Amino acid sequence: MTSGLWELVLRGVWVTVQLLVFGGLLATAVSFAVGIARVDRRWIVRFLAGVYTEVFRGTSALIMIFWVYFVLPLAFGWQLVPMWAAVLALGLTYGAYGAEIVRGALNSVDPAQREGGIALSFSPWQRMRLILLPQAVPEMIPPFANLLVELLKGTALVSIMGMGDLAFSGSLVRLALQESVEIYTYILLIYFVIAFLLTRAMRALERRLKAGVGRAPAKAGGARARVPETAGAGGGA
Amino acid sequence: MNWDWNAVVDFLPHFRDGLIVTLQALALGSVVSFALGLVWALLVRTPTRWVSWPVGVFTEFVRNTPLLVQLFFLFYVLPEWGLTFSALTTGVFAIGLHYSTYTMQVYRAGIEAVPAGQWEAATALNLPLRRTWTVVILPQAVRRVVPALGNYVISMLKDTPILMVITVPEMLGEARLYAQETFRFTEPLTVIGVAFIVISYLASVLLRTLERRLVR
Repeated sequence: MTSGLWELVLRGVWVTVQLLVFGGLLATAVSFAVGIARVDRRWIVRFLAGVYTEVFRGTSALIMIFWVYFVLPLAFGWQLVPMWAAVLALGLTYGAYGAEIVRGALNSVDPAQREGGIALSFSPWQRMRLILLPQAVPEMIPPFANLLVELLKGTALVSIMGMGDLAFSGSLVRLALQESVEIYTYILLIYFVIAFLLTRAMRALERRLKAGVGRAPAKAGGARARVPETAGAGGGA
Repeated sequence: MNWDWNAVVDFLPHFRDGLIVTLQALALGSVVSFALGLVWALLVRTPTRWVSWPVGVFTEFVRNTPLLVQLFFLFYVLPEWGLTFSALTTGVFAIGLHYSTYTMQVYRAGIEAVPAGQWEAATALNLPLRRTWTVVILPQAVRRVVPALGNYVISMLKDTPILMVITVPEMLGEARLYAQETFRFTEPLTVIGVAFIVISYLASVLLRTLERRLVR
């Protein structure tokens, strides 16, 4: 491979990283908004959030991408820049999976904690922000790490729409060299390295957050951290 | 927004063809992933590091890289090595291989959940290793993990549209073909989107029933 082709691959890596970061940010925002809405007191809020997760988890990410690229401009006259169209499709889809993680982690917090908050006359928002989330977030990190790797794998789908990400640059190099083993091996290795770094970073984050909860005055916090994680188990359905 | 019901009716025969291919790919892919996953799970448990380590690295690699690129790899590289398969066969193998790295973990969890007493009883009865696996451990392990495997079948369903890129005429492929012929994108894409939601919702209901039946 020549240096020009490597430059092409590097530009692809950059696009993939951008997609991963922006898609991850949108997915996190959606996960928390929808996941918190799913444990709301009003049934209508819970119902709407439930419909959102069912719909977006029910379709395939690739169909979402096609929809955002082809149907949104035709049907509603919204033409998005390719990057934002891709981020929107990925963020909304993976956010729906993330919402289930958030909901599961919030439900796994000991009910006595919530009752304690009520007894101390915290407002619902204060309970969520000061009591439930600090204990639930460390539990969310391992399933979120898996979801991030899934998102990374999902970013490859935008190459089908002609966006110049890592997978797309692989196809270009294949056409240039008329040879596929070498370039696809490199592309797979680069994806693997990115996924590896992501997993490592998330593990470090988990350690820090769990230590934070362990230092908190509530004694039960440390013991509960070892309860087996069930939030990510239902990932497919 | 202009929605044309005639286009929907027009698209239905194509939709049916695509649905059949999607379900075919899903069924065959599931079989491949269930079988391969069990093989990986058993190989990782072998006592020799020379087998378990490479298998562990390989499956970790496959699990953490995009199915799309793996698909391209198999589709373009296998013919270079003199192995030519139909697009559907390549697609089924790729999707089966990818998901086998997930089902492998499911099997592993199931095997580890079999109580130690069962192993000890098999040793006490002097059962050969082969019989221990086939009549004692695996029947108990597999029964427990059926619901988790079902979840991966649903995930697999949602990954079948990717097969479109290697010219497999499944639902999304048919929709795209139809859209390119008639310049109508809204109807076919919406129809298959709704179809996916309906199928995966029905599948998850079915799975919950199965789960209640099997896990007690």
